[in-house]
Amino acid sequence: MTKPTPPEHSPSCASTEESTGLAGWIDQRLPIISGFKAEYIHFRMPKNLNGLWNFGAILTIVLLLMLATGTFLAMHYTPTATDAFLSVEAIDRQLPGGWLLRAMHMVGANLFLAALYVHLFRGLYYGSYKAPREILWLTGLVLLLMVMATAFAGYILPWGQMSYWGADVISKAVGAVPVIGDTLEHVLAGSDHLGDIFVHRFFVLHFILAFLVVGVVGLHVAAVHVTGSNNPLGIEPKTPKDTVPFHPYFTSKDLFGLVLFALIFALLLFFWPGLLIEPDNYAPADPMHTPADIEPEWYFLPFYGMLQSVPSKFGGLVAAAGSLLVLFALPWLDRSPVRSARFRPMCRVGLIGLVGAFVLLGVVGQHHAQGGWMLLGRAALLYYYCYFLVLLPLATRFEKTRPLPTSIAAAQGDA
Amino acid sequence: MPATLPRFIVMRSTLLGLSLLGASVALPQHAYAQTEPTKAPPHQKWSFDGPFGTFDQASLQRGFMVYDHICSTCHGMRSLTYNDLLGIGLSPQTIGALAHSKQFPGPVDEDGQPTTRPGTPDDHFKAPFPSDAAAAAMMGGVAPPDQSRLALIHPHGADWLYAFLTGYHIPAPAGVAAVPGKFYNDWADGHFIGMPPPLVNGALTYPDGTPATVEQQAKDITTFLVWASDPHRTARHHIGKGVVLYLIVLLLLAFAWKKKIWKRLHGGA
Repeated sequence: MTKPTPPEHSPSCASTEESTGLAGWIDQRLPIISGFKAEYIHFRMPKNLNGLWNFGAILTIVLLLMLATGTFLAMHYTPTATDAFLSVEAIDRQLPGGWLLRAMHMVGANLFLAALYVHLFRGLYYGSYKAPREILWLTGLVLLLMVMATAFAGYILPWGQMSYWGADVISKAVGAVPVIGDTLEHVLAGSDHLGDIFVHRFFVLHFILAFLVVGVVGLHVAAVHVTGSNNPLGIEPKTPKDTVPFHPYFTSKDLFGLVLFALIFALLLFFWPGLLIEPDNYAPADPMHTPADIEPEWYFLPFYGMLQSVPSKFGGLVAAAGSLLVLFALPWLDRSPVRSARFRPMCRVGLIGLVGAFVLLGVVGQHHAQGGWMLLGRAALLYYYCYFLVLLPLATRFEKTRPLPTSIAAAQGDA
Repeated sequence: MPATLPRFIVMRSTLLGLSLLGASVALPQHAYAQTEPTKAPPHQKWSFDGPFGTFDQASLQRGFMVYDHICSTCHGMRSLTYNDLLGIGLSPQTIGALAHSKQFPGPVDEDGQPTTRPGTPDDHFKAPFPSDAAAAAMMGGVAPPDQSRLALIHPHGADWLYAFLTGYHIPAPAGVAAVPGKFYNDWADGHFIGMPPPLVNGALTYPDGTPATVEQQAKDITTFLVWASDPHRTARHHIGKGVVLYLIVLLLLAFAWKKKIWKRLHGGA
């Protein structure tokens, strides 16, 4: 395996570039200017990246949008069981521009998770989790867990019917853990019922997790700047002909992707908000009245499907949590030296099946795993685990991979 | 336990073979049919339909009149303030006078006795009952639902509201056993509902001369309730058109820039 292209950040190079004036004075003491130039202007990127590589930049921007809108929403939110719902209503109705702030935060949350799933899928498909990018993969998975926790906590805050009953399902599921379940449930709720303490607690958690995410994103980005980006061929760049500088090549490409994403964002926000909102959550939380249909947000549906497909509550919890934990072991389950699924016919089919199983589990969740859906859910769950624990280890030994091109430039025909 | 974890159906199947999978494919339709909601109400033509729809202000104001004279006797709209009615085109003077005409509980006086005060435009709509519990006690066990988001929460909101308000049959159709103290409605859950027909021909007189038929009142109050559950729809559509147009132009520019940059690479630099 060849060494990835080293980013140019030697101090001598920095001082020659910025040696005069205030910028030079600052840069000699803290190389932020030359550091930025090294990491975001001259940084060498594989030149064959496709549109799926836009999502890192997209996620960064959406994260900033979430922090900005969330900060202003928090200024007008009251974290108590009696006033939370009405304070959100007041943001939506009476606060000037509040409806727009809140709509951006809600659409942002949905599209953040959507972009995260695409980003994750790209990593799976092109084998971005393999050496030397294991830490990159692991920090990404930590981010996934943190973002899911943040999204869940955020959905509690409006304290509508779905907030309340969703929280109820999850705290009961946690309560099903043997031995320590009751204690865990009590720690989660803060008291013997879901009320003031719970709302306040999740408000603080939502807020603090959002900023912790920024910290882990820092590690994630640092990791990708050490190893360099993977690419659709899954082979490391060998010569400068295989790479291009980040600017202007990927600044222009990321900008295009970002604007396209913003367009979808705007269409959903302004013209099709009904696609993402859950009407039931516009009724205030009522512990005395169980809604006919308790359903989490779409991005949790596959896990809800797993939770419900298993015939015991604790078993369901283990299946759902395990489906995420198994991803952490992926760099060591898949030992094939070939990264990209383009050259791995068996994995490619298996991976398409995995996406199908994941989506199917979401549909099963939507139907509460009733009747035949439960069997489908179990089959999909079995397949999900088999892909990681059986198919990938077997493929390492038995798969006939297609021949890899000698270099990125050669594959593009201009070697 | 069933109340806390609905649909958490425990089904003990020991065998999870592909043979079962084949049999199961036919099953979902059947299970799903049970939860299928009743048929959709007929679609009406609404001023606010579609991405470019805007609320008909005259209808909104008539609809508020229906709410204020009829619905507000039993149904609260606690999320709205009187000032929000600027959004249906009422003037600040009208709103001030309207709020002033409502009496709100004030601070206790020097003898510790409760007082009342006239409302201000910043007050939330006056609630018809002191509390939900009081409402339930006075209305036969069920508190009349708050109408702030009614049109959003109910499936097929606008069409259902209109169908419901014009869907009473007094007496109940032949062959249906009447329920004492309840009223038959085509669109009520279980067909019998405690609320008597709220709208009556000519029960109020619209200042703009529009004949106050049941259908007209139903149309107006529905428009008002849809506005109440989505008060910034018109502004959202208006701003949205500008934003989308701007982004399309920006997208074309970004595309052209990217093409120009990447051409250097393929152009044989």
